[in-house]
Amino acid sequence: MSLPFLLEIGTEEIPDWMIVPALNNLQDMFQVLLDQQVLGGRVTSVDATPRRLVLRADGLLERQADVEELVLGPATRAGGGAAAGFAKKMGTTPDQLGTEGTAKGEYFAFKKRTQGQPTVAILARELPNLILKIQWPKTMVWNGKGTERFIRPVRWLVALLGDEVVPFEIGGVQSGNTTRGHRVLGKASIPVTIASFSQKLRANGVILSATERRDRIESGISVRVKPDPDLLHTLTYITEFPTPILGSFDRSYLDLPQEVLVTVMRHHQKYLSVEDADGKLAPHFIAVMNTESDPDGLVRQGNEKVLRARFNDARFFWNQDQKKALAARLEDLKSVTFQAKLGSYYDKTLRVVELVKQLGGSERAALLCKCDLTTDMVKEFTDLQGIVGGLYARAQGEPEDVARAIYDHYKPLSMEDEIPSTHAGRILSLADKWDTLTECLKVGMTPTGSRDPFGLRRAAQGVVRIIVEGKIKNAPPLEGEFLRDRVEYYFRDVRGFAYDEVRACMAAGWTDLLDLEARLKRVKEVRATPDFEPIAASFKRIKNILKQAQFADSTFQAELLEPGPEMELHAAILGTQGQPLEARIGPLRPKVDLFFDKVLVNADDPSIRRNRLALLHNLLQEFSDVADFSEIVTERQS
Amino acid sequence: MSAPLTFQETVLALKKYWSDRGCIIQEPYDVEVGAGTMAPETFLRVLGPSPYKVAYVQPSRRPADGRYGENPNRLYKHQQLQVILKPAPADVIDLYLGSLQAIGIDLSKHDIKFEEDNWEAPTLGAWGIGWQVMLDGLEISQFTYFQQCGGFDLDLIPAELTYGLERIVAFLQNVDSVYDIVWAPGFLYSDVRLKDEQQFSKYNFELADVGMLWQLFDLHEKECQRLTKLSGVVLPAYDQVLKCSHIFNLLDSRGAISVTERVGVIGRVRRLALGVADAWMVEIGAKKEAAA
Repeated sequence: MSLPFLLEIGTEEIPDWMIVPALNNLQDMFQVLLDQQVLGGRVTSVDATPRRLVLRADGLLERQADVEELVLGPATRAGGGAAAGFAKKMGTTPDQLGTEGTAKGEYFAFKKRTQGQPTVAILARELPNLILKIQWPKTMVWNGKGTERFIRPVRWLVALLGDEVVPFEIGGVQSGNTTRGHRVLGKASIPVTIASFSQKLRANGVILSATERRDRIESGISVRVKPDPDLLHTLTYITEFPTPILGSFDRSYLDLPQEVLVTVMRHHQKYLSVEDADGKLAPHFIAVMNTESDPDGLVRQGNEKVLRARFNDARFFWNQDQKKALAARLEDLKSVTFQAKLGSYYDKTLRVVELVKQLGGSERAALLCKCDLTTDMVKEFTDLQGIVGGLYARAQGEPEDVARAIYDHYKPLSMEDEIPSTHAGRILSLADKWDTLTECLKVGMTPTGSRDPFGLRRAAQGVVRIIVEGKIKNAPPLEGEFLRDRVEYYFRDVRGFAYDEVRACMAAGWTDLLDLEARLKRVKEVRATPDFEPIAASFKRIKNILKQAQFADSTFQAELLEPGPEMELHAAILGTQGQPLEARIGPLRPKVDLFFDKVLVNADDPSIRRNRLALLHNLLQEFSDVADFSEIVTERQS
Repeated sequence: MSAPLTFQETVLALKKYWSDRGCIIQEPYDVEVGAGTMAPETFLRVLGPSPYKVAYVQPSRRPADGRYGENPNRLYKHQQLQVILKPAPADVIDLYLGSLQAIGIDLSKHDIKFEEDNWEAPTLGAWGIGWQVMLDGLEISQFTYFQQCGGFDLDLIPAELTYGLERIVAFLQNVDSVYDIVWAPGFLYSDVRLKDEQQFSKYNFELADVGMLWQLFDLHEKECQRLTKLSGVVLPAYDQVLKCSHIFNLLDSRGAISVTERVGVIGRVRRLALGVADAWMVEIGAKKEAAA
């Protein structure tokens, strides 16, 4: 008979962004447990709300199968004493032993039977550890120093195998068959069975399925909203019973920049923005409640009031900030720390201005780009740094290209984000990130593992993307392992070049990214031609030979060449010299093949040997400005 | 629906609610603090293995937040109602929700959410895990399970519940400015506190004597260091930490602390706070010897 299983871990509100990874982790670990303990069964679903993680499995055995194994004891020629000892060790008597013939002779043997344990016992033993092993970004204790850690306090546990409770305890909470409903809409104690679980939760104000919750939000919205999948995800996971409501604000607030309004609504209030038929911001918003209805309209009024206060603040900040122009704020940057070891944003600004000057960007934009850090607007809405600077610059009559460059200079904020739209913006963004990167690395703030407090990886990725996608021809040369990794990542994972092509081309230099990109494209193209793989394999061979001989000498004497394949190869090299890689591979390939076929590099005469090595060395050198072809993985090697 | 509670009725209802649930009702601490957490009833009492339950209103001074009484939502001094439940009972969230009902919030007609918001106070060597509690989109409380304080892992995990009283009451009374809150029948918040905001904003931003403040900082720091070395005077030593912390905030609002100084001054306050916490742990017998 096979049994269904249900586990519910009841907690206090878990941060929305941690829930899905934790569920996946729980699912994986539980499946491993079933497999390792040979309990049969598969995890059939995982679900969660902020207050519960739920796992269901089906097809579990009632108990593990008994296992019979043959244990070999001492050789039969060792006699009765040895047999008695072995029998005792096996927990039996000598008359229960058999014998087993093997290639090495005959041995005493015992058929050991291990009785399978009841599944409920195994689960009861394993579940506490398994649950506490779920990985979270940050955990807490709630029962005192040194006690169990979890993301938030565990308050109830449901664990059912068929109709039976799997009994265990975590932090003083005993598992059972009683769940809890929504904090306001449901009862605090609800007996459940596996079959009734979802339905009972539903009746107590909890929609267990995230998909259903998301559908409920989406189907409850009857206006056009600005698409925002991330926010929708958040709203789905901070609610157990989501209900969207439409709120409004006074049209006069639409005079404020749209960026400010959206930031207030999205980041501070978790509201979806509403658009009119032309895609312009409308004076409405969608808030998502964690309850079923708003009978007296109090929730809508409350949210409208909060938003009004926030918008009033924003308007106040805007007006207040205009009293001091961006340019007049430069001095104030002296008291804004960039980084303790690296001084203030004023110091940073001076460095960025210098860099922008070298790169031929807008010095005015560089000078003003950090000045918005001292405005009330950015102090309140930090996500708007740069954007506010750009808006203020425009409002204060700075030239449009200056305003635009400031507005864009934090871009790209992510892999999906675009690079700045103008050349001046690209130069400014590049210079700003370049400065952050080089200065932080200089004082040893290299990111390690998941620790990257200054966002250097993102800055480096931005640098790489802006140089390549923005075609910045006079970019500063790149160096160092940290940047090297970012460059490799970009061309491989973002641009989709094969990893060995990236390695091969980077081995020939990567400080100039536009040059690297051009070479990568060439190698990718030439790789598809029939002569390429064989010649790459030969190059690998050459490299190994040179490495083994520890040879790196280019002095070569033509008069030592033997007629035949050796001379022909030399002639082919000379004959194609100056031609591009693509044109040389065809003529060279048969000559290289022939050379390796017929000529012994390790000639007895040391001077001949030296000379042959030099010939190969020089051949390799001829292509080394494009790529190190020995890095290309070829069919022939594998 | 009955008329919303006045400011003082709200305070009284919350005090009554927590008193009925076994809390000591303390009065505000009488040294300037930036938050209820800094009062010794929280900072020191959460240390060590003894259970403690306390609630108090703490006027909290944040000089840089002053707006001369002109901003409807920002105050130099606001009133926090602070509750410490050490250790946090398993039904602590239900207790908290009950307190909202006690001040007239009908949860069946409102939307309440617990959104991740962890708390950290580097100057106190303290941090915790918790939420901001949102009522119809308004942050009304901070709810924190303390994990560390004064640099010590806590023996018992307290729940700290902080109510932003002005916000909550403005919300319940449906007024757009805190100054329009009815404090007591016939008296608005502005009648009681507006002068306070105007005068202290002027002092904090324009008039506080920077030279004198630096001197005071040094003096209180020295006094704290002297007292921390003696036995049986941890509480007076902690007052000196609070003095230093408030003077730091004043200097900050006067724009008198440069970048390079800032980190250093915060470090000085932090060292004092950690020293006092250490001495307190020794005094209550939770730790054998004082740190060197």
